[in-house]
This record gives sequence, C-alpha cells and structure tokens, in this order.
Amino acid sequence: MSNPVELRYSKEHEWLSAVQDGVATVGITAYAADALGDVVFVQLPEVGDTVTAGESCGELESTKSVSDLYSPVTGEVTEINGAVSDDPALVNSAPFEGGWLFKVRIDGELPGDLLDADGYAAFTQG
Amino acid sequence: MTSRITALDALHRELGATMTDFAGWQMPLRYGSERAEHQAVRTAAGLFDLSHMGEIAVTGPHAGRLLDHALVGKLSALAVGRARYTMICDAEGGILDDLIVYRLADEHYMVVANAANAQTVLDALTTRGEGFEAQVRDDRDAYALIAVQGPASPAILGSLTDADLAGLKYYAGLPGTVAGRPALIARTGYTGEDGFELFVAPRDAEPLWRALTEAGAPYGLVPCGLSCRDTLRLEAGMPLYGHELTAATTPFDAGLGRVVKFDKDGDFVGRAPLEAAAERAQSDPPRRLVGLVGAGRRVPRAGYQVVDGAGTVIGEVTSGAPSPTLGSPIAMAYVDAAHAAPGTDGVAVDIRGAREPFAVVALPFYRREK
Repeated sequence: MSNPVELRYSKEHEWLSAVQDGVATVGITAYAADALGDVVFVQLPEVGDTVTAGESCGELESTKSVSDLYSPVTGEVTEINGAVSDDPALVNSAPFEGGWLFKVRIDGELPGDLLDADGYAAFTQG
Repeated sequence: MTSRITALDALHRELGATMTDFAGWQMPLRYGSERAEHQAVRTAAGLFDLSHMGEIAVTGPHAGRLLDHALVGKLSALAVGRARYTMICDAEGGILDDLIVYRLADEHYMVVANAANAQTVLDALTTRGEGFEAQVRDDRDAYALIAVQGPASPAILGSLTDADLAGLKYYAGLPGTVAGRPALIARTGYTGEDGFELFVAPRDAEPLWRALTEAGAPYGLVPCGLSCRDTLRLEAGMPLYGHELTAATTPFDAGLGRVVKFDKDGDFVGRAPLEAAAERAQSDPPRRLVGLVGAGRRVPRAGYQVVDGAGTVIGEVTSGAPSPTLGSPIAMAYVDAAHAAPGTDGVAVDIRGAREPFAVVALPFYRREK
C-alpha cells in the first residue's frame, strides 16, 4: 500500500489533503485501516465542531477494538463523509479516497510535525 | 520473553497473515478480512492453525479414575473413540480451565487445554495424579492441530481420507490418514459449525495444510485467524476462558453446571463447594450469563457495565463483537438474575459514557441448521 505523495501524515495515522481555500480533507491511512481490521462503526465530529490537533474527535470501531480518531489539525469541521457513516467498510476498501472522514477549515498554521509520504513510510516501517 | 511459534509459522507469513501474540504464541489474527473469513466458515469452510492448544496424555490402568478425581466430569464412563467437554476446578470450585478430553484407548486419554492454561492444567493433573496407577505426560510438542470448520468440511476432508467420516459422530475421534499423513481425526470445533480437528505430527502440519487448501479451494475454503474464531464462538454462545470462565466463577455460575457429575465414585477436587454452588444456583442464583443484542453499531467490550433504565449497574460484559451473521453488535454478559430473562426491558450497556439499549436474549445467538 503506497501513501499518496500529495498528502501529509500524522504520527496518529491520519492523512491530510492539500489545503484549498483554507479547507483540507482528513482520513486515516491504509496502514491504520489495515491494523484496525474491518471497521464496523465510525463516530465523526459534527459540522461546526471545533477540532484540535492531536486531540480525539471521534472513534473507529472494528471487530476487535475501538480506537480514537484524532484530528491532525486545529479548525472547524465543514463537512463529514456520510457515506462512511452508512458503510464503514469504505475506510478499509478506500482509505485515501471514498473512505475520507471529514473536512476542516484550518485555523492558523499547519502543525510542524506532519510527515510527507516518505517520512510516514519510514515511520510505519520503524 | 520470546513467543513460541507453531509448525505453520513460515506458511502463515507466506500467506500474508497479520500475526499477533496470543498466550505466549505467535498466531495468525487474520489473513485478510476477518468478516470474510467468518462468512466462509458459516457458508463454506475455513482452515485454522490451533497448534497452540495444549495436549496432555493421561495413560495407565487408573487413567480414568485419575481424571474422575481431577476433573468435574465422569471421564471413566467415556467410551473409547468419544470426546467430552469438561472443566478442571480448584479446591474452591473456581474454574481453572475448560477442556476437551478424548478417550483414545482403554488406558489412554488426551486432555486438550487452552494455551494460556496448559501448564496449570499439566501441573494440576500431575499433582492430583499422585497415588494413581497412571502417568501424566506433556504432549504439547507432539502435536500440531489443524481445524477445518464449516458446512463443506466433510466433503473437503472426505476427498483426502478413507476414514469413515459419515460414521464419525459429533464429539468423537478416530485415528486415520489424511493426505497420506497419520492423524487423529476428531469431529469437534469451536465455531458452531460442523467440522473436524486434526491432530498431527508437527512435521506433517505444513503438507497437510497445503493439501487441505488445495482440496478446499473449489468449495471456497479460506485460511482463518483467531479474530474470526472469536466472533464465530461468540455467535455460537461458547464461553472463553478469561472472559466468561475464570477462577472466580464456578461452572454453575456460568450456566454450565451440567458438566459437573456428582454421581461418580470417590471424591473429586472441588466437590463440596460445587455442591454448594449447585444449591445456590437453584435457590438464590447470582448473576446469570445472558446474550445481549444491540440495535445500533457501537460494540460492547469485555468489562463494560450493563445498566438498567435507572442507570444502576446490573452486570458486566464478558465478550462483545459486531456479529457478521446478525449484522448487529452482540455480547455475552453476567447480569443480576432479576434482569436475566430474555425480553427484559430497559437494559443498556454503558459504551464509553453512552447508554446504548440492548435486548436480553437466550444464548446462542446463532445455531446452525442440521
């Protein structure tokens, strides 16, 4: 599973798209989705919620465990992916595409510790 | 501490399994999607490596009497070629492990213990066997264990053996040859489906696995890991040691009092406290083991509290998972007897602060059609 080069990655295994008009898309990586196993339930933040970089803003339930969903950036949620709420398996089948989780209007600068694709690949192989 | 590996370890890695540490063993958790593996066992067949299970041989003229004394069952009455689900309890009646015991010959039994408890069981049988004309032998390294489970398993296994599978009853075992390898063929399993467990020499495990994979391919057989084994057994309402069964639980507390045989000759370890537990289960039952089915998607996990409509804690979840067959979250839980009847209203599980409603149902959640 290759990590798209146009994305940025957190050490909590979220990805962040390029920022357009102040808004970026957030999902979890293929590496994280594979580690979770089959995702059966996602609890996402609501539109209008403020999320904070590095803090929990939802949860991902899989067969064997439940994991917190962290936001890689601080900002206001502008959209959530209703398709994933209806069909959580999208997180496994298309983590970088149809399985995106929410969009966020970024407040301030991007955190400095986000990784590029190579950096994330090295991090997950470490 | 380094984990032990089974004879199939290299094969699991070749198959791309996600491995996990389980009871001191490196075991496959899943090969791909655990839900797909689960469905394969319900509708076709699945192949499992269970070599971490602990085999203990009990042999000699008093082997049956030794087991009658050491376990809660009446194993001296077990016919040769048959198997029985039983338990070993401590002196207070608490469960040390649940076991399957096979009688392979008049004076030869094989006790199969859970991996995490195998040493405890071996030690207890050795101690309790003193004074009996019988030997207790650690046979853990003598066997690899492969299970083929699911409705297609008789056809798949039948294509690789001349053994009389049609004549082999549930909870029975017979020596035979599978794909040219000597095996003890047992019609047992932990999935709620028809299936077989094959005890073979470790050196025969990989060729046998490959032969079963090839023979099973037209039927839809897939390799299966521990993750789907857990959801399969949970749907089938089968208890798991460390969850439904613990040293703080008697067989009667777990609703499995039928495995305790008071009508056998001589004393057995735990008899008096178990008699008291049997009496208590009749007159003043403590918490009872029930099934819970949720309407939402959030999954109760072991240790979560069960509450009534007023928020009072009435029990605790012991196992929970999303049920692939039901499409809903399910759980086993111990709840106060007053709330244990199927259909009891107002029961909820506290899932990380949210009270999610659950229906109390009779176990099992899933029963195969015969």
